[in-house]
Amino acid sequence: MTDESKYALNVHDLTVAYDFKPVLWDIHLQVPEGVLMAIVGPNGAGKSTLIKAILGIQKKIAGTVEIFGKPYEKMRKEVAYVPQKGTVDWDFPTTAFDVVKMGTYGELGWFRRPSKKQKIAALEALEKVGMLPFKNRQISQLSGGQQQRIFLARALVQNASIYIMDEPFQGVDATTEIAIINILKELRSSGKTLVVVHHDLQTIPEYFDWVTFLNVKKIATGPIKEIFNDENLAKTYGINYKVTINK
Amino acid sequence: MDIFEYISLIFTDYTIRNISLGTGALGAICGVLGSFAVLRKESLLGDAISHAALPGIVLAFMITQAKDNYVLLIGAIISGLIGTLLISGIVTNTRLKKDAALGIVLSVFFGFGMLLLTFIQKNPDATQAGLDKYLFGQAATLMENDVKLLSIVLGLSLLVLLMFWKELKVALFDSDYAKSIGIKTRFLDSLISFFIVLAIVLGLQTVGVVLMSAMLLAPAAAARQWTNRLYVMLIIAAILGVISGVVGTAVSTTYNNLSTGPVIVVIAILIVIISFLFSPKRGLLMRQILFIRSRKKIEQTKVLLLMYNIAKTHDDVGHPHSNKILNNFQGIGKNVLKSLENQGWIKVNEGMWLMTEKGFNYAEELNKGITL
Repeated sequence: MTDESKYALNVHDLTVAYDFKPVLWDIHLQVPEGVLMAIVGPNGAGKSTLIKAILGIQKKIAGTVEIFGKPYEKMRKEVAYVPQKGTVDWDFPTTAFDVVKMGTYGELGWFRRPSKKQKIAALEALEKVGMLPFKNRQISQLSGGQQQRIFLARALVQNASIYIMDEPFQGVDATTEIAIINILKELRSSGKTLVVVHHDLQTIPEYFDWVTFLNVKKIATGPIKEIFNDENLAKTYGINYKVTINK
Repeated sequence: MDIFEYISLIFTDYTIRNISLGTGALGAICGVLGSFAVLRKESLLGDAISHAALPGIVLAFMITQAKDNYVLLIGAIISGLIGTLLISGIVTNTRLKKDAALGIVLSVFFGFGMLLLTFIQKNPDATQAGLDKYLFGQAATLMENDVKLLSIVLGLSLLVLLMFWKELKVALFDSDYAKSIGIKTRFLDSLISFFIVLAIVLGLQTVGVVLMSAMLLAPAAAARQWTNRLYVMLIIAAILGVISGVVGTAVSTTYNNLSTGPVIVVIAILIVIISFLFSPKRGLLMRQILFIRSRKKIEQTKVLLLMYNIAKTHDDVGHPHSNKILNNFQGIGKNVLKSLENQGWIKVNEGMWLMTEKGFNYAEELNKGITL
């Protein structure tokens, strides 16, 4: 028996179903602290569902989620979530700065308003993602890449230990993609754990050091160097997926 | 009665003061809560709830035989809430989408309500109770107690907003994220839905089942046009709601035969139209003006650059050329040449044009910027 608390994220026996069809089946997943992990799998593999089930947004049929060996509910503040950009209405009447400030709400709890300390933290996060000059923009007047950076900044403000992101590179240009991956690598260097749903198989060996293959069931999880190979890709995607890996 | 006489009556006449205060408070409640309905994309929820309230009113009367407004309002709240629960039940348990669920609940409840209403029309007590006033509303029946009740509900909803402001805001914008930081979004949803039901039921007496949803949507939709901040939107919506209520009451009282509810709604809709046309950032008119301006600007730039490319091949920049040269490249209207001349960049004379030095220099700068 290994020491369970050494894992940043420990998912046990997780099963989720919509209607009658299981979307996730018996997922066991252990993520060590300090890795930058990609979750890959075809459309409908349950990647977003897995993330939402971990975060308690999606109801589970069975299973437990532990953060550093403790139940998720007690460790909520250690986890920051970056949802898919397309899930919100960007015409909502609010500014970039306001959205980033939402990152401080979890720490504040009920009834308390962001004070100077929280505002400074939000400004720093904006600075970090290069969005400080746009802080007073209405969010619909931001480009797709800028909106993604705002979402990232909101998670950064939470100052969590684990970052869980749903396709942060979707629909962003090359500049933003590089800016975001640099921030993610920086977070990893400072000991944070990152779990990222990712679609572009070509960039996985370059961006990540850990990977989970998912298609309703967990196919494999581990270091890129050991398990990112044609065999696992074929098992996950059901076709012969040849990818050049720069080792 | 003219409008000045009316204004003095607001302060002196008991009935008119009650009606004005009541419709004003109702407008404020609807403006604030309607903003949530609009931003949650549940604009039609108000319509469904107000129609769903009708059978509750009639049943409450049939059971208690009471003519008391409050008993009927409790009936309305209960059947309004049942309607709301049914809508979310249909959405979660069937493959029907929200619009279909709203339509089903609206028509089934309203149909049932109308059925009961015609059934009890034979009963003379029912006619006395004036149940049909709930169809189109009758502001004249607003009493001091109604005004008190409306003010209490207004105060309560503002209190709830202040208490849960940041939670409501993040849940409204991004409910998945809100859940991830531990905010009870279902509780907040139910809270807001409850207050929306309450606002609608209170509005039935004044505006009626049929027009109530306009009261909820119009101030919010108009307010959205004037601001990009949530709290400002709520404040503007409340103010526009008050204006609709008070002005609508004034107009309907001044022109004796107009019934108040419809006039209030017409005023609210007028405010919506004005907002959609004239608001500076999102208004259709301003956007059209900006669009035409920028298109003209692009057209001018293109022509000027074309001229620049022709002129720079000559030693003398101001050498005259035929307008036909331009037309050979692209169809160029006389308006463009005229506006370029007005800016002093070119001179036009008898089918010929020449570039001024000022125009040449300006085009040179433009060219650098564009070819960069």
